[in-house]
Amino acid sequence: MSAPAQTAEAPGAPVKLTIDGRSVEAREGMTVLQAAREAGIEIPTLCYLEELSGYGSCRLCLVEVKAGRRTRTVVSCLYPVEEGLEVQTETEKIAHHRKLILELLAARWDRVDPALLKKYGADPERFAKHTTYCILCGLCVRQCAEIEGKNVLGFIGRGTERQVVVYPELAAKFCAQCAKGREMPCLEVCPTGVITSEFAAAGLTLPDKLPVAYPVCIKDDDNLRDVAKKVGDV
Amino acid sequence: MARLTSLEDLERYRQEVLARRDPKKPCVTICSGTGCRAYKSEKVAHAFQAELEAKGLAGKVDVRRTGCHGFCERGPIVVMLPEETCYLKVKVEDVPELVAETLVGGKVVERLLYRTDAGEGVVHENDIPFYKHQTRLLFHDNLRIDPTNLDDYLAVGGYGALAKALGSMTPEQVVAEVKKSNLRGRGGAGFPAGVKWETTRNSPGDERYVLVNADEGDPGAYMDRSILEGNPHSVLEGFIIGGYAIGARTGYVYVRQEYPLAVENLIGALDDLHEAGLLGENILGTGFSFEILIYRGAGAFVSGESSALMSSIEGKVGEPRPKYIRTSVKGLFDKPSNLNNVETWANVPLIISRGAEWFAGIGTEGSKGTKVFSLVGKVNNTGLVEVPMGMSLRRIVFDIGGGIREGRAFKAVQTGGPSGGVIPESMLDLPVDFDELTKVGSMMGSGGMIVMDDNTCMPDVAKYFLEFLADESCGKCVPCREGVWQMLQILTRMVKGEGREGDVELLEDLSTTVQDASLCALGQSAPNPVLSSIHYFRDEYRAHVEEKRCPALVCKALTSYWVDPDKCIACGLCKKNCPVGAISGEKKQVHVVDQALCTKCDTCFQVCPPKTRAVTKLSGQPVPKPPEDLAVRAAKGKKG
Ligand code: SF4
Ligand code: SF4
Ligand code: FES
Repeated sequence: MSAPAQTAEAPGAPVKLTIDGRSVEAREGMTVLQAAREAGIEIPTLCYLEELSGYGSCRLCLVEVKAGRRTRTVVSCLYPVEEGLEVQTETEKIAHHRKLILELLAARWDRVDPALLKKYGADPERFAKHTTYCILCGLCVRQCAEIEGKNVLGFIGRGTERQVVVYPELAAKFCAQCAKGREMPCLEVCPTGVITSEFAAAGLTLPDKLPVAYPVCIKDDDNLRDVAKKVGDV
Repeated sequence: MARLTSLEDLERYRQEVLARRDPKKPCVTICSGTGCRAYKSEKVAHAFQAELEAKGLAGKVDVRRTGCHGFCERGPIVVMLPEETCYLKVKVEDVPELVAETLVGGKVVERLLYRTDAGEGVVHENDIPFYKHQTRLLFHDNLRIDPTNLDDYLAVGGYGALAKALGSMTPEQVVAEVKKSNLRGRGGAGFPAGVKWETTRNSPGDERYVLVNADEGDPGAYMDRSILEGNPHSVLEGFIIGGYAIGARTGYVYVRQEYPLAVENLIGALDDLHEAGLLGENILGTGFSFEILIYRGAGAFVSGESSALMSSIEGKVGEPRPKYIRTSVKGLFDKPSNLNNVETWANVPLIISRGAEWFAGIGTEGSKGTKVFSLVGKVNNTGLVEVPMGMSLRRIVFDIGGGIREGRAFKAVQTGGPSGGVIPESMLDLPVDFDELTKVGSMMGSGGMIVMDDNTCMPDVAKYFLEFLADESCGKCVPCREGVWQMLQILTRMVKGEGREGDVELLEDLSTTVQDASLCALGQSAPNPVLSSIHYFRDEYRAHVEEKRCPALVCKALTSYWVDPDKCIACGLCKKNCPVGAISGEKKQVHVVDQALCTKCDTCFQVCPPKTRAVTKLSGQPVPKPPEDLAVRAAKGKKG
C-alpha cells in the first residue's frame, strides 16, 4: 500500500508548516490532511478514512503546496508534511477543481452532498449521466483487506469499466462471520450505500457453476436486484 | 565460450573474433525484426540458406538475420555485404536470382532496388532518401549484428564502454560523464538522466535498483521494441554501466508480454553474458557484481508509468501511486531506484566510449544526441527514423518521409503519442526537441509521429486519441476516469452533429482539471490532443458545433454525398458499386443519390472517374434537389 495508516501515536520529530497562512505544528510522518484537521482546518475528502491506508483517488482533498520555489497541486491525504511547507487549501484553482470533480462524481452518483455542491457552485447536471452509484473510492476494498485481513472485495477492469466486485467463494467463507453481531464493516464505510446488505447475507449458498466475481457496482435498479439476488440468495 | 575474467581477456577475445572474420567475405543480411518477419523474412532467410547450399556456396557466403533497419514498410529488407547493396520487399521467389546475379555475378538486381521519384534505382541503403538524412547512432549497427550472437556485438566494439567504465572510471566519474553529456530520458518527460542517476546514487540505503522501462505502449510506436529486438546488448551494456555508476547490484527489465521476440532475444543475451562473465559475480574480474532480472508486464499502457511499473514488479496491481517522494529516493521495494527507458540506456555506451563532449555536440542547446521517431500516417515513407535533436519537422516529414501520400496537402503532425499534441503546417519549421515541442503544446513522448493530410478532421482525431486513453486509464482517480470519459462524450456528440453551444469551452474547462488534478501522467497529459487541436484548429471545432459542418468532410453524420448534375457523365460506376443500391440513374441520365438510403460508405466518391469528379461531398449545407430534367449535360457522356 502506498502510505500505511498513520496512527496518532506515531511519534515523529516536530515539523512546522503553514496552512492557509496559519503556522501549524505537526509531526514527521503525518500527512498535510492530518495536520490540517488537527489544526481545525477542514479539507473535503471522500476516499479517505483515518484508519485505512491513503489511496488518493477522489482528488477532492487537493491543495496547493509550495516547497522552495515550486508550487504544486497535490492531494493532502497523501502528501507528507515538511518543515517550512506552505499549504493553501482553498485557492481559486483548487475550488475550481473541486467543483469539477463534484460535477463528475454527480454524474455517477446522484446523492453527492448538496452542501458541498452548493459551496463550490457545482452543477450536477453539467455532464452526461452514467449512474452507477459506486464511485470506486475503494474504501470497502481497503476496509476488508486492511482491517478484516480478508480480500473478499476487489477491483476489476479499468477506465470507466472499473468495478468493485465480490469474490463469491471468499464471501461465502468470510462475510457471515464478519457480519456476526454487528453491521458489516464494508457497508459502514461505503459512502454511497451501494453495498446492499443482501450481498453479504449470512449463510449464502452457491450455484454449481461459480462466476468469478459479482459486481457490487450497479447500473440501474434491475441490475441492483439482479446482483443482490445472485450474490445474496442463490 | 570460456569465461572472460579480466579486461584484457575481453580485448583478447574481441581480437580473436575479428581475426576469425574476413570483412571481404560476402554476407547476406536479412532483417528479422517484427516488421520484416510479418512479411515472411524468415522464409526468405531459409530460402537463402537452401539456395546457397544448392549452389555449393554454403561456406563461402554468410547469412545473417539482423535487427530492424527501420524501413519496415518496405520489408523484408536484404542487404548484401560488403557492398551494402540494399534490396527491398524481397520475396522467396527472388532468392535464386539474387544469389545468381549479385552473389555470383556481382551484378545488381535493378527491380528490387529502391526507386526515386524519377525512377532511378538506389543501390546503397545509405543513399535511399529515407536513410540519407538520418543520423543513426543507435540503429546503424543493426545491419552487422545478429541479436542472438554476442560475437557480432563484440565485433563492432561492444562492451568496450563497459570495460572502459569498469577499468578506468569510478562510479562517480561515470555519473559525471552522463551528467555532462546532458542525456535526457527518452521515455517522455525528458528528465536529465545524469541528475536522476546522481540522486539515486546518493540516496541513503545500502540496496538500490536500476530498471529498464520496456513497456512501450503508444499505438504505432515501436522504437524500444526494435532496439531491444535488434540490438539487445546495446541496452544491456548501458544498463550494466548504469548499475555500476548508481551502485546497484540488481537490475530489472520490465518488458511487455506482447513483445515475445524482444523477450526471447533478451533472455538469450543474458545467458550469453553470464557465460562470458560479463554479468553476474565479479564481472571481468573487476569486483563489480550485477544481476539482471526480466519482469514481463501484462502490457497495459498505464504500466509504463513509473510508479505503476514498480507496483507491478512488487507483485501488486500495476496502478499508479502518488509519488511525493521521488522513486530515486524511495522506489522499488521502497529502495532508491533509477528507471530509464530502453532508448535512454542504449545511448549510455556511446557516451562512455566516445565521451560526453562528442555526445553533447549533437543536437540542440537543451536536447542532446539523437532521437528515434516512429514516423507513420500519411507520409510516403514510414518507419523508424533516427535524427539529431533539432531537425525540423519539415525535413523529417518531407526529406525523410518523402512527403504526403498521393500528393495531398499536409495538415498537421501529431507528436508524442496519444497524449501528445498536434502541430499545424505553420509550424513545420519547428526544430524538434524536448523543449520546442512542449512550447507548442505537444511533447516528445516516446517519439511517435503521426502525419495527417487534409483528409483529417481534428475533432475526430481528438476523439480517436481520447478513446484510446479512456480505455487505457486505469480508472483509479476521478478526474482521469470520469473526466476523460466525459470529454469523449462531448467529442462524440460533436462529430455526430449534436454539438451544443459551449461545448468547446466545456472541453477546455474539463481539460484544465484533468491535467492538474489527475494522479499520474496518463491523466495529466490526456487532454493534450484536445487542447492542442482546439488551439490550432478552433474554427474546425466551431464549424462542427455552430454550423453542424465538418470542414474536412470526414464526419459521416455531417457529410452527404451528392452527384453534381453538371458533371455527371452517366457512366453508371457509382450505381454499380453502391452496396446498398442508393443510387439511381439510367443511360444518359444524371445519377441521383437517395439520401435516405445512403450509408456514407464513400464508395461512389472513390469510383467516380477522376476526370469527372461528379460525386461530391457536402457538409453544412442542404443537398440540392435533383434536376427536373435528368438528361446528362456533361460533354463526353459515356455509357457504363
Ligand atoms: S462500493 Fe462503496 S465503498 Fe466500495 S468503492 Fe464503491 S462507493 Fe466506495
Ligand atoms: S490519471 Fe488515470 S491512469 Fe493515472 S491514476 Fe488516475 S485514473 Fe489511473
Ligand atoms: S481524500 Fe484525498 S484523494 Fe480522496
